[in-house]
Amino acid sequence: MAILVDRDTRVVVQGITGKEGSFHARQCLQYGTRIVAGVTPGKGGRVQDGVPVFHTVGEARRETEANCSLIFVPPPFAADAILEAIDEGIQLIICITEGIPVRDMIRVREALNRSESRLIGPNCPGVITPGQCKVGIMPGAIHRPGHVGVLSRSGTLTYEAVDQLSRRGIGQSTCIGIGGDPIVGSTFLDLLPLFEKDPETHVVVLIGEIGGTAEEEAAVYIRERFRKPVVAFIAGQTAPPGRRMGHAGAIISGGQGTAQEKIRVLEEAGVMVAPSPAEIGQTVERALREVAGES
Amino acid sequence: MKIHEFQAKEIFRRHGIHVPRGSLARTPEEAREAALALPGDGWVVKAQILAGGRGKAGGILLASTPDEVESHARRLLGAPLVTSQTGPRGRPVRAVLVEERVDVIQEIYAGVTVDRSEGRAVLLVSSAGGMEVEEVARSHPQSLFREKLESDGTLHPFQARRVTFAMGVPKEALPEMQGVLQHLCRLFYEEDCSLAEINPLIIAGDGRVLALDAKINFEDNAAFRHPDWESMKDPDEEDPLEREASRHGLNYIKLDGNIGCLVNGAGLAMATMDMIKVVGGEPANFLDVGGGASEEAVSHAFRILLSDPKVKVVLINIFGGIMRCDVIARGVVRAAAELGMEVPMVVRLEGTNAEEGRRLLADSGLRLIVAEGMREAAQRAVELGGR
Repeated sequence: MAILVDRDTRVVVQGITGKEGSFHARQCLQYGTRIVAGVTPGKGGRVQDGVPVFHTVGEARRETEANCSLIFVPPPFAADAILEAIDEGIQLIICITEGIPVRDMIRVREALNRSESRLIGPNCPGVITPGQCKVGIMPGAIHRPGHVGVLSRSGTLTYEAVDQLSRRGIGQSTCIGIGGDPIVGSTFLDLLPLFEKDPETHVVVLIGEIGGTAEEEAAVYIRERFRKPVVAFIAGQTAPPGRRMGHAGAIISGGQGTAQEKIRVLEEAGVMVAPSPAEIGQTVERALREVAGES
Repeated sequence: MKIHEFQAKEIFRRHGIHVPRGSLARTPEEAREAALALPGDGWVVKAQILAGGRGKAGGILLASTPDEVESHARRLLGAPLVTSQTGPRGRPVRAVLVEERVDVIQEIYAGVTVDRSEGRAVLLVSSAGGMEVEEVARSHPQSLFREKLESDGTLHPFQARRVTFAMGVPKEALPEMQGVLQHLCRLFYEEDCSLAEINPLIIAGDGRVLALDAKINFEDNAAFRHPDWESMKDPDEEDPLEREASRHGLNYIKLDGNIGCLVNGAGLAMATMDMIKVVGGEPANFLDVGGGASEEAVSHAFRILLSDPKVKVVLINIFGGIMRCDVIARGVVRAAAELGMEVPMVVRLEGTNAEEGRRLLADSGLRLIVAEGMREAAQRAVELGGR
């Protein structure tokens, strides 16, 4: 089990002939991901690393039955690439591209609402189900299969957390980077129910950061509905207000979106919040012991 | 990206939103001339800085004679303005906006911003004009009206009617007020804003509907669609190191501590700052060299970090994923040698080929400490003078 992606996922890479796209497509192939097609308008007909390239997502889907798209298209064209994948009925769309304007993402969100597709990202590391399938840019080697689900707004901080887990012998069911932009395709709130239903996931790690109210919304859901233990870390406790900390979404404005407030509501919802980024692994260890103690 | 009030008002005019008559002055004499060129017998002199809270801080002054306009301008242009949003050092005032004074019959707040959870833009309108909107949302939530924009920036006429009627706008001013709200939404979309705000939007004694203030923040990610933004940037308002960093595609924000941080990835960079605070130190900056952390980015980052005289120790925290740690270690060694590092350095490398990377650093002969784990790295940095 696990969620979103597994060894049967059939991936089409949009932007496969670009520098980033070709490099990461190769990395995913090496991990064992079934990349069945690539798309670059104007470069259809060639074969790259054994993967057939098509002009359009539609052709790729018809020829290869791809059901998941991984997008590396540059920011000015990325929203259009997502819209194409939605229009072709691709079920899971994972967009790595950083720097898509919010205005374009508003369009995308509207199209998503009318469709059956799910979007992860943009501006995210992607999704990995360790040992089965990697659809993204995360280093595969630090992961190991197991029972902790990871949800994160960050990239390298997620690697840090996963590394702390793997070093303690704690494996992961599925790790998802939801992205650091103000508008993302899937929020914590959208994905937590999938982990709730997944029998392979025993504990969830939620890595948030300053800005927005995604963590607060997740806290309400966790308090009311989520039955598995949740461990969290919120980055940006020392960030000054009004300054964008790298991610477009990471900004404290009008007194909203502070780490302190997020930590408070998460703790109220029964979430174990790691006091420092160095203690994510041991906090999860504690949560797992509690699960074992109960059963 | 933030722009000045006078720049925002130019954009307002282009989009059919009326603003008071006025002009920009960079000297007291220019301010006097500006006043003489305006009709009426009252003026407002407004300091142009990229921070709010000007009114309460004495940055907006009323004048009844051109002499008074001149002396107000002299005072404002002479010293940095400290407001609740500028920090204790304040911001230098390089220009003032001199405008006609208008009688206010009614004032409201109108702003367009992005509602993240809904994934769309919203218009917020409140009858409590002049107040900070966050304050209104907290203290008078019943007086705050929200209308969702279509994804193409459209505010439908019925939506504009709904809020203006709710606001009790007098009949004569209704059509124009509704027009302004629609123009503001259109402007927000077409100019790729993250915020477009009129606070206050007023009905004047002579019946005009005017934006007394104007605030626009552009959405940085959309810069590729707006080459004209570059010319609207105010070099005086940017920290020179931050400007240098952004030229090299680095995210750098200067802070007040003395531990210089160099980290790959924004989340990890924030977490590193937090870690430093936990063990009793103060970060000198936020610096994200990008998730991939190329050798070139590391080298530029070094130069920027070391230009800050406050930095007493440098903490490097890199989680090498796709980019291997041995490659990063070579970059660090080369950059440190080239720049003649005088401050001590603590390096924490993790991820792909971390051991080889750490060995390269240890053998480099540089004055650096190789730490394991984020906590140890932060502790060592604090011990080395980062207090």
